[in-house]
Amino acid sequence: MSAGGEAVFDAAEAGPGLGLRDRAGYGHGESGPASKRVIVGYGFWIFLLSDIVMFSAFFAAYAVLVGQTAGGPSGAQLFDLREVGAETACLLLSSFACGMASIAADARRFWPFQIAMAATFMLGAGFLGLELHEFAGLVARGDGPQRSAFLSAFFTLVGCHGLHITAGLMWLLTMMAQILAKGFRADILRRMLCFSLFWHALDIIWVAIFTVVYLMGAYT
Amino acid sequence: MTHAHTHAHSGAEPAMDAGRIRGAILIYAVGLVLAGGLTAASFIAPVSGLIWAPALPVALVVFAIAQMGVHLVFFLHITTGPDNVNNALALAFGVLIVLLIMAGSLWIMGHLNHNMPPMPQLMQMQR
Repeated sequence: MSAGGEAVFDAAEAGPGLGLRDRAGYGHGESGPASKRVIVGYGFWIFLLSDIVMFSAFFAAYAVLVGQTAGGPSGAQLFDLREVGAETACLLLSSFACGMASIAADARRFWPFQIAMAATFMLGAGFLGLELHEFAGLVARGDGPQRSAFLSAFFTLVGCHGLHITAGLMWLLTMMAQILAKGFRADILRRMLCFSLFWHALDIIWVAIFTVVYLMGAYT
Repeated sequence: MTHAHTHAHSGAEPAMDAGRIRGAILIYAVGLVLAGGLTAASFIAPVSGLIWAPALPVALVVFAIAQMGVHLVFFLHITTGPDNVNNALALAFGVLIVLLIMAGSLWIMGHLNHNMPPMPQLMQMQR
């Protein structure tokens, strides 16, 4: 395989059947163009990073406004860390179950995939239920988003993450249905790759939320 | 067109064999243990009294960044491998933007807050 760069490029341009397309391409070197899976993953990763940049703006707003309680309660008086711990456990285990589902999808194993996805859904729904319970409790005590700038920023940041989780749960059900109806087709597997990236990225954002909002709010 | 050609053309990889499945599960299991440990450390550190109280925010940030790294490597598989150069560079750029937004906002708003006259004086000036 010591062909010159130009010869490799021509062979790759000629399409499948010349051997080069059968090897995993990385998009540079002598291995030919990147595979569609690598390109789709890269594109979705760019989207996720832009989503993380959007969250960083909400984090910045929260950090600026965290002291502006307008005489109302601060985080230390509001946050129930046992509930936050349970939410964190749900989301971390959900992320792990999602990893198991993506392995099962790559191995083309139908039932392990569906069971792991169902576990991912249940844990994600458990997280969402706990979060809605917390929000309902705050609003019922009059500590809703209209109470102070601090609570506006809190509900915006944490609520935006909750909305992402809600969208992710609907995407998850769609993936289960698509694997059921269409099987482990290459395009469906790429969608599954994107979903697992999305779900893991939401867990990364939650790590920032439980650290910056809840733990720092409760103890400092 | 043969079966192998269809796969190569659509970019799908062949189904994993048992050995690769075990390896992949092991990676997620290691990630889960590390992330769980760091989460537990974040929640326990403030109540344990093991960390000097003024250093607590720094310790929490360190735990959080470490856990994000664990998630990136073990769950999102952002590595330094040859198929991941673009992903790692995009991540570096994303981190730069996030740091600029966070640090810039806090810096500017902190100064603005510091230089703002107290509220009664401000009301007086506006009259």
